[in-house]
Amino acid sequence: MQGRTDVTARTAEAEDAPASWASVRGGVGDRIFSGAALLAGLTILAALAGVFIFLALKGATGFTKAADVYGPHASSFLGYVGPLLVGTFTASAIALVIAVPLAFGIALVISHYAPRWIAAPVAYVIDLLAAVPSVVYGLWGAFYLAQKLVPMHVWLHEHLGPIPLIGKLFGEPSPAGRTLLTAGIVLAIMILPIITAITREVFSRTPRLHQEAALALGATRWEMIRMTVFPYSRSGMVSAVMLGLGRALGETMAVTMVLSVGFNISWNIIATASPTSIAANIALKYKERSADLLNVLVATGLVLFLMTFLVNFIARWIVGRSERRMAR
Amino acid sequence: MNLKSIRRAAVPGVAALALLMSACGASNETSSSDNNGDSGTSLSGNLKGGGATSQEKAQEAWKTKFQGMNSGLTIDYSLLGSTDGRSQFTSGALSFAGSDSYISDDELKKANERCNGDIVEVPAYISSIAIAFNVKGVDKLQLDAATIAKIFDGKITKWNDKAIADQNSGVTLPDLKISPVHRADDSGTTKNFTDYLNKVAPSDWKYPAADAFPVSGGLSAEGTSGVVKQITDTNGTIGYADASQTGDLKAVSVKVGDAYVAPSPEGAAKTVAVSPVVSGREATDIAVDVDRTTAEAGAYPVILLSYLIGCKTYTDKAEAANVKGYFEFIVSDAGQAESSSFAGSAKLAPETAKKAQDIVAQISAK
Repeated sequence: MQGRTDVTARTAEAEDAPASWASVRGGVGDRIFSGAALLAGLTILAALAGVFIFLALKGATGFTKAADVYGPHASSFLGYVGPLLVGTFTASAIALVIAVPLAFGIALVISHYAPRWIAAPVAYVIDLLAAVPSVVYGLWGAFYLAQKLVPMHVWLHEHLGPIPLIGKLFGEPSPAGRTLLTAGIVLAIMILPIITAITREVFSRTPRLHQEAALALGATRWEMIRMTVFPYSRSGMVSAVMLGLGRALGETMAVTMVLSVGFNISWNIIATASPTSIAANIALKYKERSADLLNVLVATGLVLFLMTFLVNFIARWIVGRSERRMAR
Repeated sequence: MNLKSIRRAAVPGVAALALLMSACGASNETSSSDNNGDSGTSLSGNLKGGGATSQEKAQEAWKTKFQGMNSGLTIDYSLLGSTDGRSQFTSGALSFAGSDSYISDDELKKANERCNGDIVEVPAYISSIAIAFNVKGVDKLQLDAATIAKIFDGKITKWNDKAIADQNSGVTLPDLKISPVHRADDSGTTKNFTDYLNKVAPSDWKYPAADAFPVSGGLSAEGTSGVVKQITDTNGTIGYADASQTGDLKAVSVKVGDAYVAPSPEGAAKTVAVSPVVSGREATDIAVDVDRTTAEAGAYPVILLSYLIGCKTYTDKAEAANVKGYFEFIVSDAGQAESSSFAGSAKLAPETAKKAQDIVAQISAK
């Protein structure tokens, strides 16, 4: 907005008396560029608004359908969307728990620890992971990884199952391995490259002088990273995690193919059947649906849309608060 | 500096070129297929249909063969699902529909309006649903509907349960957990399978027939291929899938009358042949209530029956000729043989086929 008034002011001024340093052609270029940039920005907003309006209009009736539309496992919209929300967030949470430490570690190795001749190829290979289509991850996860993870499921149940509280997560294991845990692992691999790429960039942007100052004060390399790199990169790290979370929440094909679907909410992340994610549920139900169920599916899409926004806002707010505290 | 800017321009340039070339390629294709239309034989134009996804492979086989016989004709079968197929047919968007269930009385009124008269509804695609299992060391399994219902409802959980052992003397059953496998997506296969359980064992399967599988807790997989893969991969599983897709998996013989019948195309066709036609329908409407409880020897009642729905009279001459020609081909012996060899479906029994052939012959233009 500010850019635009700025430019109009400057062109008005240019029409009166062109400044010695500004050519007329340059003024036109400026105007075109600022217009194009504004258009690009507004297009995104318009697209977002369009998606929201579509979801709200088409899904509005989905919240209050007759009970049998939500059947056979639920009788109201809340009962229908509840397990799906649990499934969505559980799978994403497992993915983050696995991917975030791994991604930060890889990013640190690439930016601060490894010699250049290793760092560059490793960074390249991690980026390549992002280019693999999600259907391929789904195929691999469902037809290969799941079976190979069956012994791990049994091990987790036998060794962690008896522990109180944590044991609840590892109840009766699935004989096929197509569980929330496996889906979470596949998701983790999918979001790894995004988180790694962004954190790698922000880590390497830490001012040299900060780092050298810390080292000069006698800090070890790890202390230097803790004192200079992490505080400097905090908001970038959160952004990276949020982007990863966004992808995990919305991921459709991989979850659709990997997870064996059920509708009972339980703590057991290695159960034979677990609630699926909202996106995967839409993909599963879309093909053979009645007109009523379509409205319900769109309504669940609206819920996912709003939840993603909410999660993002909360994360931004936390980052903003901690940065203000740091500035003080 | 100059070199750099050239390199910068090259990337979008190449992209634009690729776009242009693909656009040219596409336009070439359409124009060449248009040219073919001129040298057509009897039928020409565009025939639009759609509906049940179960008919996908069969429709592909019929379409390919029939288009080969009439080079001017383009047939388009959209996989909309049965419900949408019927509703788009009654709204006039499609010339014919494929549907896993016969048209309901409410829909029939709308369909009669759309057709300015009677509709044509004939069975076109019959397929057995195999109840396939994978238990190491077990090659043969005989079960009645009540036991199958209890297994899929999670009431029987071990393979060496007395209810199973009693029906399979001489078979050594392992002390292994049963993992029932069902479809994760909504499907006509699930509806027909649950309908069978509900009709034959109502006290053990209280859920009404539905596209979505009603019991939560078992393994699930997407699509017929997903279910088959899951059963193949895991020991102790049992699941239901289109018999033509189960490959080397062993299938349960289900109890019919006093005997146990394995899934077969002939058994499926026989069930349709002995099932009663819905009363009160026009002569051109063969809506069949599949008799799941039949005791007929050799009949296999766990089947999926899919229909073709069209009008008896069309206002447009070409449309009438196209629908008539295509329907006649599908219910003919040649058409049924085609789907049977390509999609593994069951051929219509001779008496059913004869009735269907007589009906579609009546399709005409006003």
